[in-house]
Amino acid sequence: MKKTLVSGKVCGIVLKSNNPINFLGTVDKKTGIITDKNHDLFDKSIKDTILVFPSGVGSSVGAYTIYSIKSNNTAPLAMICQKADLTVATGCALSNIPLITISDEEFSSIENGMNISLDTDSPNPIQYQ
Amino acid sequence: MELTKDEYSALKGEQGEILQMAYRILVATGEATDAEKLVPIEWAHLSGVNYNTIGDAGEEFLSSISKNARVKIKTTLNPMGFDIDNVSNYGLDENFISKQLSIRNSYETMGVTPSFSCIPYEIFDIPKNGTQVAFAESNAAIHANSYDNLKTNKESAFSALASAITGKSPFSSLRKEDTPNITIRMKVKNPDELVYGMLGFFAGKVGATSVNISGLGGMDNRESKAMCGGMGTSGTCAKFLFGEGDSDCEKIDFDEKEMQNVHDELNTAETGDLITLGSPQLGLEEISDLTSKLKGRSFKKRCMIFCPRTVKEQARKIGYTNELERAGCEILSDCCTCLSPLINKDNVDAVTTNSIKGAFYLKNSNGVGVNLKPLLQIIEDETR
Repeated sequence: MKKTLVSGKVCGIVLKSNNPINFLGTVDKKTGIITDKNHDLFDKSIKDTILVFPSGVGSSVGAYTIYSIKSNNTAPLAMICQKADLTVATGCALSNIPLITISDEEFSSIENGMNISLDTDSPNPIQYQ
Repeated sequence: MELTKDEYSALKGEQGEILQMAYRILVATGEATDAEKLVPIEWAHLSGVNYNTIGDAGEEFLSSISKNARVKIKTTLNPMGFDIDNVSNYGLDENFISKQLSIRNSYETMGVTPSFSCIPYEIFDIPKNGTQVAFAESNAAIHANSYDNLKTNKESAFSALASAITGKSPFSSLRKEDTPNITIRMKVKNPDELVYGMLGFFAGKVGATSVNISGLGGMDNRESKAMCGGMGTSGTCAKFLFGEGDSDCEKIDFDEKEMQNVHDELNTAETGDLITLGSPQLGLEEISDLTSKLKGRSFKKRCMIFCPRTVKEQARKIGYTNELERAGCEILSDCCTCLSPLINKDNVDAVTTNSIKGAFYLKNSNGVGVNLKPLLQIIEDETR
């Protein structure tokens, strides 16, 4: 379902994962690199990307990780999820990282490396460049 | 989500920056959980205490808000990074210790009870059935919803903090009568706490908000805590319902094959250099049981035991602490296996543990190998 959780307007390159992300413990706060070897984004940096992933999972402290990567300038420009979870929603709310959820159909149509612009106030928030 | 006039005024910033921040977090939480309004809650349990997890940004944030923010309801706290009584044995640097003490100080200034425990359900009195609470620690939220007849979201560190400051939380589906659409059928025979941990981890991956679980026999405290800890680690699920559920529920088996997959994901070492027990922290019952299972035997390698301070004090009075120390155990209160800065890949290759939650974070965050074994096996293999 399409929903804006944190509003904002950004352009950037999509980094897409089909795996949920446990921000606590699997994202390096200083570099924004994913450290979980079982994750499809292993060794990739989420810094300055439009991070597209199904949802956040795991420990509640992950919200602090999102706040930390924002403070360290290693955070994504925006996040796009299939499902909203509280860790990601509140981490983005406190850090002012735009966050929307989209339909499963639209989620499957977004591909890694796409250049998109996101404007949460627009009726069509995602524009493909 | 509908806000009252007063709540809306707080969101607009008319009641100060702290309340504005808290309501911004609650509104995002409400949108994420499709809640239509905020409801009063009676108890908040906060995560975001260990300097190892929240870092400098978290420490500065708490120090800054503690100047003005005060909690409005009973608020308890997750573990921090060390036990001040024996921190000098672990070679933590001064910076870590001073930042951790600053975090503790900020929470105390805000009026939070410094319980430093991830098992609030075991060390505090449980309020009456159906009471609305806001527990951020994932194993505690699942335990509260599934075993303690309380109602909570699987809160984030920030949503629980916002709830502590406002005394409110979004009225999400978990706070009402939730009906899962998945039933997991437990098929593994003779499960121990390690198997229940893996079952929880599996359930967290397949469920969304809550799941039915069928085929469970009687479970002791250790086993229920293991299942809650496992589930909290892998997913967004926050509640088990016990039974088959409605006939139209999707049925998924948890059998040897599914269990092996979880085991293969988390077990990365044949043996460990040290043993940890307690993630979630051990309660008095588990400490007592461990003491009697040891029957005078001693560990052949280091064994770290994590428990709340109140449990350590009770255990000392009863004499369990003496017996465990005699067996070579290091007893640590106020902290936990999970995200411990006391276990470091520079001097530890692998850890033996019976905790699935501990295993996940030891592997991914501490970067050490993990050797999974149930407690009875640990005692058999690692003591003499």
